[in-house]
Amino acid sequence: MATRQTQLLARTLLTPAVALLFIWMIVPLALTIYFSTLRYNLLDPGSEAFVGLENFRYFLTDPAFLASLQNTLVLVGSVLAITILLGVPLGLLLNQHVVGLGIVRLMVIAPFFVMPTVSALVWKNLLMHPVSGLFAWIAKLFGATPIDWFTDAPLLAVILIVSWQWLPFATLILLTALQSLDEEQKEAAEMDGARAMSTFIYITLPHLARPITVVILIETIFLLTVFAEIFVTTGGGPGLQTTNIAFLIYSQALIQYDIGSASAGGLVAVVIANIVAFFLVRIVGRNLEA
Amino acid sequence: MARMVTTQNKVISTAAAWLVGFLIFFPILWMVLTSFKTELDAFSIPPSFLFFHWTTENYVTVQERSDYLHHALNSIIIAGGSTLIAMVIAVPAAWSMAFSPTKRTKDILLWMLSTKMMPPVGVLVPIYLIYRNFGLLDTRAGLVFILCLGNLPIVIWMLFTYFKEIPKDILEAARMDGATIGRELIYVLTPMAIPGLASTMLLNLILAWNEAFWTLNLSTLDAAPLTVFIASYSSPEGLFWAKLSAASTLAIAPILVLGWFSQRQLVRGLTFGAVK
Repeated sequence: MATRQTQLLARTLLTPAVALLFIWMIVPLALTIYFSTLRYNLLDPGSEAFVGLENFRYFLTDPAFLASLQNTLVLVGSVLAITILLGVPLGLLLNQHVVGLGIVRLMVIAPFFVMPTVSALVWKNLLMHPVSGLFAWIAKLFGATPIDWFTDAPLLAVILIVSWQWLPFATLILLTALQSLDEEQKEAAEMDGARAMSTFIYITLPHLARPITVVILIETIFLLTVFAEIFVTTGGGPGLQTTNIAFLIYSQALIQYDIGSASAGGLVAVVIANIVAFFLVRIVGRNLEA
Repeated sequence: MARMVTTQNKVISTAAAWLVGFLIFFPILWMVLTSFKTELDAFSIPPSFLFFHWTTENYVTVQERSDYLHHALNSIIIAGGSTLIAMVIAVPAAWSMAFSPTKRTKDILLWMLSTKMMPPVGVLVPIYLIYRNFGLLDTRAGLVFILCLGNLPIVIWMLFTYFKEIPKDILEAARMDGATIGRELIYVLTPMAIPGLASTMLLNLILAWNEAFWTLNLSTLDAAPLTVFIASYSSPEGLFWAKLSAASTLAIAPILVLGWFSQRQLVRGLTFGAVK
């Protein structure tokens, strides 16, 4: 009796969340699929017509798509490489005996809490400005010519900003993982005469394999759709140099009002994200059973 | 001898850690310093680090010229509102999955997680059109709704991992003593769940406060939170660095404080319990 009642209650409590998320997932997605088969431009109302896969052909063969796909991959890949390659040593460093570790950790984690529009504009103006930015001043101190970041290396500039935002995340997760590493194992290895380097390669690094995978997957999910940083600094330019897929879809939808093509692009983005999500969900799922 | 080495190591790692920490934090520090300069000082080369004419006029100007408080209030309402609503929906769901799990619970959890994986840009078009047709563009309600849905999976997941850690024996003991489900909820579960509830709310507040895809695309003025307000500084109009810095400092200060309190929960919440 009681169990059946409990079960019924449990189901009732779960239903609103499941229903809402189901609607949230299915309705916009279905509409995106529907719009992607239409010729539909908001500037030309009344001309909607079914065009089959025409939008996909248009979107996928558009030179802007290939350029933005390449930018997306370069952006995601570079930020992942930077945050992991700096995050591991940084995590190891913070795992040492550091006086005032609490304060250092606060300073390291801080960029993650800064809203994207603020980080982007502060970096663009205060640090990367070719004349009055701090980097320009430092370059001149060393006798070098200041880099005009957003003209000469716009994608690199965006990569640096986004890396600064995500380095704390990678570091914090790797540090958390390091803290759970069995100290006895390390001590035993040291007693057996293992050098610091081999302790790192044979004990620490394997232990970090899983958290690194998690960092890669989660960052990828978010980095695939970097938007605000591009929106406030370069607006996708110059040309298409900093247009990623997310920004391309945005500009087709809300600047050119080409609903059909933007929807087709949206579905392409969903497919790419799903490939990554597939692996992430499997890893998390394995953890759920343990 | 061994002790010597340890002390030496400690000095080196402390120095290195402080240096790296300072470098990472520097852009924020620089922004705060700039917010107290005059526009002329903010722009000057070589830059002055501490010995400039300290002023708070930027903070006054930001409020007077662009109605900072209006946008701050929007941020509070949107982040707070979406968090509260998400909690109301998520607490029962997570409670039910943690304490009365069925065969499908794991699948449901993973499915919820997968909804978070959907790139927002993939559904930008339909959401924008729906909002336009229902008059939800540039309304606080519209943003509360979309941010609530967007963060719901994370909220449910975090609550689930916290509830999972509450020992079930206690519930059984309470049941044996004849406690009804309502009493069980109020007198046994709630006190044990409060830390988890608090950290979940905190993380969700941070995420909603900083959300900059939907807020940039769905609001312009009336409902625009601080993310959008700051973005309006991207079009340069003369000397504006000090004012940008002042507005930015005000926009991130509250969340920085909250964020520093919730570091550990951040790891747990953003990795869906995969790293603890």
